[in-house]
Amino acid sequence: MVTDTRSTTEVVPTTPAATGVHPRRRRRRGAARWFVLAAAVVVALAMLAPFVIMVLNAVKSPADYAQNGPLSLPGSLYLDGIVTFWQRVDFPVKLWNSFFIAGVVAVLGCLISLLNAYAIGIGKVRGRLWIVMLFLLANMLPQEALIYPLFDMARQVGLTNSQWSVIIIFTVVQSAFGTYLLASVLGTFPPALLEAAALDGAGRWRILWQVVYPIVRPTLGVLMIFFFIWTWNEFFIPLVMLTTNDTQTIPIALASLQGDRMMDAPTTNAGALISLLPALIFFLLFQRTLTRGVTAGAVK
Amino acid sequence: MSAPPVARTRRRRPAWLPYLPYLIPGAVGFVLIIGYPLVTNVYISLFSWPGGLAPLEWVGFDNYVALWGDSAFWTSFRNSVAMILAMVVVPTLIGLLLAAVLFDYLGRRFGARVASVLRATYYLPQILPVAVAGVLWNWILNSQTGALNVILRGLGVENPPNWLGDPATAMPSVMLVLIWVQIGYPVVIFMAALQRVDPELYEAAELDGAGWWRRFRAITVPQIRPETFVVTLTSTVAALKVFGPIYVLTRGGPESSTLVPSYYSYLNFFDKSRVGYGSAVATVLTVVIIAVAAVILVLQARAERREEAGR
Repeated sequence: MVTDTRSTTEVVPTTPAATGVHPRRRRRRGAARWFVLAAAVVVALAMLAPFVIMVLNAVKSPADYAQNGPLSLPGSLYLDGIVTFWQRVDFPVKLWNSFFIAGVVAVLGCLISLLNAYAIGIGKVRGRLWIVMLFLLANMLPQEALIYPLFDMARQVGLTNSQWSVIIIFTVVQSAFGTYLLASVLGTFPPALLEAAALDGAGRWRILWQVVYPIVRPTLGVLMIFFFIWTWNEFFIPLVMLTTNDTQTIPIALASLQGDRMMDAPTTNAGALISLLPALIFFLLFQRTLTRGVTAGAVK
Repeated sequence: MSAPPVARTRRRRPAWLPYLPYLIPGAVGFVLIIGYPLVTNVYISLFSWPGGLAPLEWVGFDNYVALWGDSAFWTSFRNSVAMILAMVVVPTLIGLLLAAVLFDYLGRRFGARVASVLRATYYLPQILPVAVAGVLWNWILNSQTGALNVILRGLGVENPPNWLGDPATAMPSVMLVLIWVQIGYPVVIFMAALQRVDPELYEAAELDGAGWWRRFRAITVPQIRPETFVVTLTSTVAALKVFGPIYVLTRGGPESSTLVPSYYSYLNFFDKSRVGYGSAVATVLTVVIIAVAAVILVLQARAERREEAGR
């Protein structure tokens, strides 16, 4: 839309009447725009500053830090912080745990969202408005109001300290949002496609997988990325449910090291850096899909 | 031609009936993971229970009566107001301004690429796991070895504040961290919203001589009102539920100055072994969240109706 990069006037070139009307005002604005840009860049730098400080100090030795402070470039590359953190939390195990939990939740959550949304959006089951409301409500509930019974239930069925307890919980929680989103998408599904498939003798199950699924696959993709990142970043329920080193996720491992004597400045920063890398890589890989997805949630 | 008879047979057996089985997995999960625990939580709140295998002791509404006189409980909800300020009010206002400036001013003068790079920068803290953001800030704000105070001492400040350790500065520090985390969310949503505003509106306003601020107030703000409501609703709920940042930054301290309801119930569940009391806190929090969400939704519906009537 707004791709006109060089024009100094605000007016789109197709309206010649406006060019040359206020030459003086235009020049003044020409200077103003640099101030506005500078202000926006200052805000951006403020947002980036903690990241920069983290990276600088993740590879700076404690002696260097004591002498030159947090803002200097590291005198030499100091990797002990990274090594200490890596070994201390047994990072590969935590990485796999996070990946496994988030991955399974993303897939199962999408599957249940699709099944629910098929019945609500296309099947138009009675009371669907109430069902959607209920799911939305579930998404708003504080997890504290569920956690103790869930914790107790996990113990009764032998899922104490099991990743499956976390997987089951988040599959339901995430699919509540997924159902809401997908149901509204499927509510506008072209009926002609469904009728044509029904005339060809396809049953409901086949219509779901051969007609509906291929069309909503992009939306499902966005949902899957969302579910993955949300579950990856979750803190409260994994903190309560996963109690030992071999089951915990990355955020829990990092938080549980706080206050530890081993956690000097480089180890803390290296830990934060390593812990955010997977999320960052994931974000960069799917940035386009994601921006589209963030929007999808906002448009009713 | 064959449509009418089909419709007639469908009336006898509703067409939606065969779709019900598709709801079974979702319904079972919902009842098991949301419905049953929620009801059980309210039930537990009527008992005195240390948790685990200990017996439950019926106390009726005693827990709620105790809450009424519990100053920590009131403090936690007062602090929720600060959370709303830091996660809803400030980020939404700043986000609105930033989004409008990026989209309508910088995007036009310096190109869409500049705008999207800035937007990505603002959004960066949003992709951080909250625990990671908390651990990072906890170190930056540490009174002895933290980056901020080392810098301040380097600048000649004798006794820089103990940011997270002093009841006077702990809450403002937590709020600043939350604003930093939160700002990207409204910026991204609002910029996406602005995409669907008809550019001719702006052009017409400009030809009429409306300045940037006039256009911002007369076009941008009203046009993206639906998104503003979505952002307000979702971040208000998130602010009332906030747990991770508090746990990692301050654990509710010092002296309960940053205590929030969710952390208070967690404390009662797993630290003080007062599960019934914790359940009561969680129940009250649930009711408050639903009530606040309902108010926002009603306001939204009313605003929409007024807008339609105005047309």
